Amino acid sequence: MHDDDDHHHHHHAGHDHPHPPAQKDHDAAPMGAYEVLEEAVRSLLIEKGILTSGEIAAAVDLMDSRSPALGAKVVARAWVDAAFKKRLIKDTRAALLELGIDIGTIAEFSTVENTPQVHNVIVCTLCSCYPKMLLGIPPAWYKSLAYRSRTVVDPRGVLAEFGVELGREVAVRVHDSTADLRYIVLPMRPKATRGWSEDQLAAIVTRDCMIGTALPTVPSRPARRAAR
Amino acid sequence: MVSAAGSFSRPPRFKPGDRVSVPARAALGHCRTPWYVRGKPGVVAAVHGSFRDPERLAYHRPGLPAQVLYKVRFRQLDVWPSYLAGQADHIEVDIYEPWLEPQP
Repeated sequence: MHDDDDHHHHHHAGHDHPHPPAQKDHDAAPMGAYEVLEEAVRSLLIEKGILTSGEIAAAVDLMDSRSPALGAKVVARAWVDAAFKKRLIKDTRAALLELGIDIGTIAEFSTVENTPQVHNVIVCTLCSCYPKMLLGIPPAWYKSLAYRSRTVVDPRGVLAEFGVELGREVAVRVHDSTADLRYIVLPMRPKATRGWSEDQLAAIVTRDCMIGTALPTVPSRPARRAAR
Repeated sequence: MVSAAGSFSRPPRFKPGDRVSVPARAALGHCRTPWYVRGKPGVVAAVHGSFRDPERLAYHRPGLPAQVLYKVRFRQLDVWPSYLAGQADHIEVDIYEPWLEPQP
C-alpha cells in the first residue's frame, strides 16, 4: 500500500463539487493587447541583438531588489544620524549611494522632510512617477485616477481616508512629480522610539510613510503582546 | 544621458523666491505642465538643473536644447479658489522654464 492519501484526495474521487484551483494559472486568460505588444517588442529586441534575455532578466531582478524595506533603512539611518539626514535632503542621490543604493540615470531623487509645521505627500497627476529605484513597484492605488486627481484638489480629505488627520497648524504640501524628479517623504521619528536600534526603527517605516499617506506608529505594549 | 541636477546648459532665468506665473496657453502634443496650474501665480522654490526637453523627447528627438527645471510652489487657494482647508497649504510642481513667465 502507499501512503499518498493527500494525492488521492485531490483527485476528487467521490466528490461531485470540483474545487477551483487555489490560484489561477498566470497564463490562463488570453493575452491582452499590451501583453502581445510587449512580447513582440521584446522578441524583436532580442532577435536584432539589441538586448539579451539575460539583460532583461537582470533588469527585472534589479527592480525586484528594490522595496519599501530599502527605503525604511534609509529613513532609519536619517533618524539616528543627523549628518546623514542633512546630506540626504541636500543630495539624495549621493546619500543613497553611501548606503550602496544606486538610483540609476532615469530620474533624480529629492527627499522632503516632514516637520511639526509641514506634512508632505507625493503624487504624480500626469502618469504614475514613483521612486521605484528605492521603493520598488508602486501600489495600485497610487496609479489610480482617484488618488492622482483627488490628492491635488483635496489632500486633507485623501489623507483622512488613509487615517492621517492633520490639524490646521500643520501645512500640507503636495508634490506633483511632473518631470525628472522622484520624491520620497522623510517622516518624523515618533517620540516613543528613544533608544531604539536602526532595525527597530526601520520596522515601523511603511511604504505609505514614505509616500506621505501614513505616519509611523509605535505599537502600544498590549497590542504588541497580542500580536505575539 | 540627462544632465545631472544642479548643472545648467545655460544660466537659469529665475532664482528661488522669484514670483512667476504659468502661461494659460494650450500645448499640442506631449506636455508636462499640468492644466490645473496654467494661468496660476506661484513662487520659485528651487532650481533643479537642466534636463532634456520632454516635449521633444516624446517624439524621439534628442530633447535639446536642455531646459532649466524649477520647483514652483503654488498656494492651494490660488490653484483652487474653493479650497476649504489650511491657508498655508501648498502644491509644488516641477515646471520647465518655457512654461514660466515673470509675474507682473
